[in-house]
Amino acid sequence: MTAPNLGRRDDGEIIACPDGPFLVRGPVEILLPDGTPLPRTRRTVALCRCGLSTIKPYCDGTHKASGFRTT
Amino acid sequence: MRIPDARGPASAQLTALLADSGGTLEDRTALRPAVDAAIADAADVVRDDDLQLTLFLLYELAYGGVDGGDSLEWDPALLDARAVIERALETALRARVSVPPPPSPDAESVAAALFALTGEDAGPSLARYVAKKATEEQFRELLVLRSVYALKEADPQSWAIPRLHGRAKAALVEVLADEYGDGRPHRMHSAIFAGAMAGAGLDSRYGTYLDAVPALTLASVNVMSLFGLHRRLRGASVGLFAAYEMTSSLPNRQYGNGARRLGYGEDVTWYFDEHVEADAVHEQIAARDLAGGLVEAEPELLGDVLFGAAAGLTVDGWSGGDVHAAWTSGRSALRRALPAVAAAGP
Ligand code: FES
Repeated sequence: MTAPNLGRRDDGEIIACPDGPFLVRGPVEILLPDGTPLPRTRRTVALCRCGLSTIKPYCDGTHKASGFRTT
Repeated sequence: MRIPDARGPASAQLTALLADSGGTLEDRTALRPAVDAAIADAADVVRDDDLQLTLFLLYELAYGGVDGGDSLEWDPALLDARAVIERALETALRARVSVPPPPSPDAESVAAALFALTGEDAGPSLARYVAKKATEEQFRELLVLRSVYALKEADPQSWAIPRLHGRAKAALVEVLADEYGDGRPHRMHSAIFAGAMAGAGLDSRYGTYLDAVPALTLASVNVMSLFGLHRRLRGASVGLFAAYEMTSSLPNRQYGNGARRLGYGEDVTWYFDEHVEADAVHEQIAARDLAGGLVEAEPELLGDVLFGAAAGLTVDGWSGGDVHAAWTSGRSALRRALPAVAAAGP
């Protein structure tokens, strides 16, 4: 491999999945309006952006059944 | 795992030599002609009880093990017999699985093609049935059928790790780490499933109900092992896993709802609820970074990624169809009735 070392500082990232959720990976805190952290049981989570999930704010895959489009 | 009952001449030869801790060299070399004969006789390798059980046991030597088989994992005569069944199975799948046309070999197009393929699935009819209609007995049958994979969930996919690089490897390990509980053994999906079985009064030791499950249930796990254990088939392994994750969230919500309708508590529903949230994450990573990342790195694997995805969906579709047909006509989906609930039911 000849790629240079990148990202020694782990800033975390948010990936906007086409026609799907936002994936949140790395050390990013997700807070509720009162400042308490959102209950989180896994490192990388998917946040619903179609509005139809039954486990909001997390995605449950419903966006696929509803034909949600991000473009 | 305890040695199950044979289902024909090939598995009889194998179970007999396992019972004899490997038997003699003649016993082991006799497996190959027994397998050859079984393949010649088989109307359909994928649904053949004798061949699927034989292959399942030969693979199991490389997982949790089979009683009497500790010295047999790399036995040349057994590997020879295994290779013959593997060839027959792969040939049957390549002939019968219809693979979608290849998209352009970039991650976004691969992800889109996989979402299209997994979305055109006729719908989770078995899951709908479980949500609305399944009896307690049928729900317990579902757990037994799923236990063949779920009690070693993610293990067949782990074989692919050292065969991948870069983005695809990081993605596979990220998903697998979540499946394996992220360092917490009680959160491993296999452990959560074992808890669900216990909650439904079932024995969660691996292989307890193996004699009860039909050939297609064994075949669906055998296909994962076939793809996982051959570097040549890494594209298919990745494609199958991606498709599996992409068809999991919505059915698992229905299974969980079925369990709640039947009055089961969180000990049983947790496994299904966990998959609703987990697989909504996993499917994005698996489609784009795992499958898409692999194709960008090795474009010549695109065909096998699609083949693996379609093969997994096809075999699971056949299997789910059989279970649904059995239940809706009032039959058991198992080869043998389950013992009545030992502990208190829901
Ligand atoms: S984005 Fe997936 S359910 Fe809303």
